[in-house]
Amino acid sequence: MSYWKEIFEGGWSLVEGMRVTVRRLVQPVVTVQYPRKQLTLSPAFRGHIEFKVFPEIGTHRCIACGTCQRTCPSGVIKVQGIKDHARAPKVATHYMIDFTRCSLCGLCVECCPTQTLKYSTEYQLEEESRWDGVYDLMARLEERQT
Amino acid sequence: MGSEMASDWIRIIVGLIIVLAFSQVNALFLVWLERKVAGHIQLRYGPMEVGPHGILQTIADGIKLVGKELITPLAADWKLFIIAPVLVFMPVLVAFIVLPFGENLIIRDMNLGVLLIFGFSTLSVLAILAGGWAANNKYALLGAIRSVAQNVAYEIPLLLAVLSVVLMTQSLRFSEIVGAQSRVWFIFLQPVAGLIYLICATAETNRAPFDIPEAESELIAGFHTEYSGMRFGLFFLAEYTNMFIVSAVAAALFFGGWHGPFGLSLGIPGVVWFLAKVYVLLFVIMWVRWTFPRVRFDQLMNFSWKVMLPLSLLNLIVTAAVLKFI
Repeated sequence: MSYWKEIFEGGWSLVEGMRVTVRRLVQPVVTVQYPRKQLTLSPAFRGHIEFKVFPEIGTHRCIACGTCQRTCPSGVIKVQGIKDHARAPKVATHYMIDFTRCSLCGLCVECCPTQTLKYSTEYQLEEESRWDGVYDLMARLEERQT
Repeated sequence: MGSEMASDWIRIIVGLIIVLAFSQVNALFLVWLERKVAGHIQLRYGPMEVGPHGILQTIADGIKLVGKELITPLAADWKLFIIAPVLVFMPVLVAFIVLPFGENLIIRDMNLGVLLIFGFSTLSVLAILAGGWAANNKYALLGAIRSVAQNVAYEIPLLLAVLSVVLMTQSLRFSEIVGAQSRVWFIFLQPVAGLIYLICATAETNRAPFDIPEAESELIAGFHTEYSGMRFGLFFLAEYTNMFIVSAVAAALFFGGWHGPFGLSLGIPGVVWFLAKVYVLLFVIMWVRWTFPRVRFDQLMNFSWKVMLPLSLLNLIVTAAVLKFI
């Protein structure tokens, strides 16, 4: 008796399986045919880091404290800054990140005391040599502001 | 006398060209359809680049295969190795002779049509064994052995299911069997036999979920491991043409052949009905492939000998009893 029961139950499970696939057949496809169509990125997307422009002062707030440089586990950030005079706040003069070795961990964004670092939404980063992967964030900020 | 022979020869050659052309175009279309169906079931597109919606993809694949080097392994039995793909493809072509495409569209309406098809399809099993053995590769040999065991095991319930239909029509001639379905298709009179036929047909053509002999992840590639280029293409072609043949036989034996539903033709010629049914059945075979996981070899053999065979025998006995007493 269980022989027939097994056959019927097994057969019915096959029919159910086929119902699942035929529903998938008529559902819209989830592929986005890049590069003819592009996806809109969510705000949580982690591209390489860049300076945030604060509307009150119109520029970034990096004080060249070096926390991000010390925190980075891959050691890819290099920050240099100057002080105008004693007791003046430090201003960053150079900010370089070697993006070829960045692991997008986000520790630099988290630890920045002035909240000046943020993720960008750039993912189309083709360069011709490995050294072009070293990004100068101050130059990029100037490009963005013009 | 001379002109009769000449016209005979011309008919033979033209028929051969038509059959070859049809089977090539059919295989072309089926490979594309398979990839598109597989893609959409997996929520992706399938081929889209070559030609509109990837229609010309199979041609590109064919050109690629033709350009590949034909490698023969050093210790292989080269005579068998070279002849095996051809031997797999030829019996499948012969089966086109008796397929009932339309009311007057059978190349030769033999009175043993059904027997011819199943007789010749068994020949290609031998060719698979030859190919697997001649490759001098233990994986190919195992794949070929499993394929032969599977084919032999599923041949019996297949033939018994067909026999139930033949008992009803008392003829092996395709035109008579299709003609007898003008009111009711045999799938409604013999649902069990139809189901058994479809399952055994997928097993006979080595299609998933019964495709252990040629699966990509089992035994490297099964019996066609050592084949490259167009020889591999021939195995592929033979498989898709075989799929067409078994679907066409199913359409003729169970689904009414060239008749429309309830015998109405609705102004559509019989050929179109027949081809529509064949391609719907082919779509179902592909749908089954991309739904179910592969069956393990012992499960496969168990299923054939312990489930399919008793069921088909029971169906035959019930058919015979009903025919005798009603």
